[in-house]
Amino acid sequence: MTIAASVAQTYDCRQAFAEELTALARADDRIVAVCNDSIGSSNLVGFRAEFPDRTFNVGIAEQDMVGVGAGLANAGLIPFVCAAAPFLTGRALEQIKADVAYSDVPVVLCGMSPGMAYGELGPTHHSIEDLSWLRAIPNLPVVVPADPVQTRAAVRWAAGHPGPAFLRIGRFKVPAVTPPDAPFELGRGIQLTDGDDMTVIATGTMVSRALAAAEQLRTEGAAIRVLNMPFVDPLDTAAVLDAARTTRGIVTAEEATVSGGLGAAVASLVAQHHPVPMRILGVPGVFAPTGSTAFLLEHFGLTANGIARAARELLDR
Amino acid sequence: MQMLNADPVTATEWRSRRTRLATSTPPQRAAELGKVATDLRRTVLRMIERAGQGHLGGDFSVLDILTTLFHGVLNVDPERPHWPDRDRFILSKGHSSAALYATLASCGYFPRAELDTFMAPMSALNGHPNRTKVPGVETNTGPLGHGFPVAVGCALAARLQSSARRTVVVLGDGELQEGSNWEAAMAAGHHELSALTAVVDRNRLQQGARTEETNRLDPLPDKWRSFGWEVREVDGHDYRALVSTCTESTTGRPVVVIANTVKGKGVSFMEDRVEWHHKVPTADQVRAALVELGR
Repeated sequence: MTIAASVAQTYDCRQAFAEELTALARADDRIVAVCNDSIGSSNLVGFRAEFPDRTFNVGIAEQDMVGVGAGLANAGLIPFVCAAAPFLTGRALEQIKADVAYSDVPVVLCGMSPGMAYGELGPTHHSIEDLSWLRAIPNLPVVVPADPVQTRAAVRWAAGHPGPAFLRIGRFKVPAVTPPDAPFELGRGIQLTDGDDMTVIATGTMVSRALAAAEQLRTEGAAIRVLNMPFVDPLDTAAVLDAARTTRGIVTAEEATVSGGLGAAVASLVAQHHPVPMRILGVPGVFAPTGSTAFLLEHFGLTANGIARAARELLDR
Repeated sequence: MQMLNADPVTATEWRSRRTRLATSTPPQRAAELGKVATDLRRTVLRMIERAGQGHLGGDFSVLDILTTLFHGVLNVDPERPHWPDRDRFILSKGHSSAALYATLASCGYFPRAELDTFMAPMSALNGHPNRTKVPGVETNTGPLGHGFPVAVGCALAARLQSSARRTVVVLGDGELQEGSNWEAAMAAGHHELSALTAVVDRNRLQQGARTEETNRLDPLPDKWRSFGWEVREVDGHDYRALVSTCTESTTGRPVVVIANTVKGKGVSFMEDRVEWHHKVPTADQVRAALVELGR
């Protein structure tokens, strides 16, 4: 695998999300969309044109939006509740916990433009806490697709999943890295490259960068295993523990705070079952400075070079 | 844990009472609902005495509303709690769970004996209702301001599915201080959800003080009207009036029934006293209360 983020064609995953959702809705009239005045930013223009009666725009009211989703699911419908990730998860966190996860209704929560996709708009509009907040809630798979291929698979999977789920739908453009025949199953990661020197576990926007880092390190003679982890929760514990047992260390990379996300999940697992050296890459406990998404990812070392540097530190131990 | 199962004997009794009430005169109907409610108050008192915790004041203010809805208004079937075209009922003030559980058991949703487990370890009857364990519960409530948006979703779904089923949500008055309710009220008004009825248990007390001293709700009818609702005011302990006001909308707008109630209703020393929000009665107080409740 020799995909480098800088040269490959890149995609806004919201497009794949909208196309897949609309295609599914044509075949299944239980599928409905709910949003908070985010028809445009959630890419629901086409869905609404085709299914006006099945599109519920509640206005700028996220708590109502998530409750309405739970009420629609109560009737056997499959609501995809779409809003910018920071407002969906931050404003309506208690509704996500009580009305959706604890009530166990099949609402698909779609956090659009997550992470630092709204770069210059600042930390109010960044959603870097969502993985930590939602991981702490039982009965809520937390899904972070890496590219348009995986986004489509995630949408199909969520529509058929009998319980609630959270999908993080990226806006920041990424290359396609998922093999078309890759499986997509609850709690299952995908191994993209083989290697027994070091493992990089990445999710979302970091997956293509992890592959680029692995390629850099390969030229230096190190064999890197890259695991794409679309499920931050439930974690693919078998794949993580195998990495801990058969490689020399683990680097994790996520466009999220390091407090409680993918890296924390991996660390908690390996610390208890098979401790290995780790580096956890993400946003440290700070509010991001002003800058574009690309700038901020660079600023926090969430790049191929940053991932390669962390892996080298572990290899040199 | 498995969902509790229906009690067919009680459900059959409930069904015959429903049939009887449908053809009774309004005074007969009121008298029979009154008997049911008095039994339920005694049941709730014993549940809370046994559990050593609970929310008696709000249980007693909402009990006549719950009795009227389940024994006289809602189109439900306790033996088929997931029947798709059932009316949806949501108790948004989930802390009145003892009143809800006693009412559901009186309809046969689950055996009355289960009420003895209220808040006991591993009981299905948590301090706040759980839809995955208790038939008749549509959504898990407890934190205030949650049930109403879900009810709006239920009403939107009924419209999409061309079903005539109604959605009824019971709200506490103090609960209306939560902003999420007004998001829901605005949405229901905007969509003219005429099959949605909100009943406000207007007992004018919240946990710590009077509502009007804490964060004023009045003029409450004007607030609802301005959100596009048809407003009906009623004595929340008058069965006859409750039956006639909890009817469907005639204006094409959603209906709010502002039910003026008394917190702790039925026991003189609890009535309209803020401390009975979640105070637990002593054995002597339970005896005195039971005497007042006709035993």
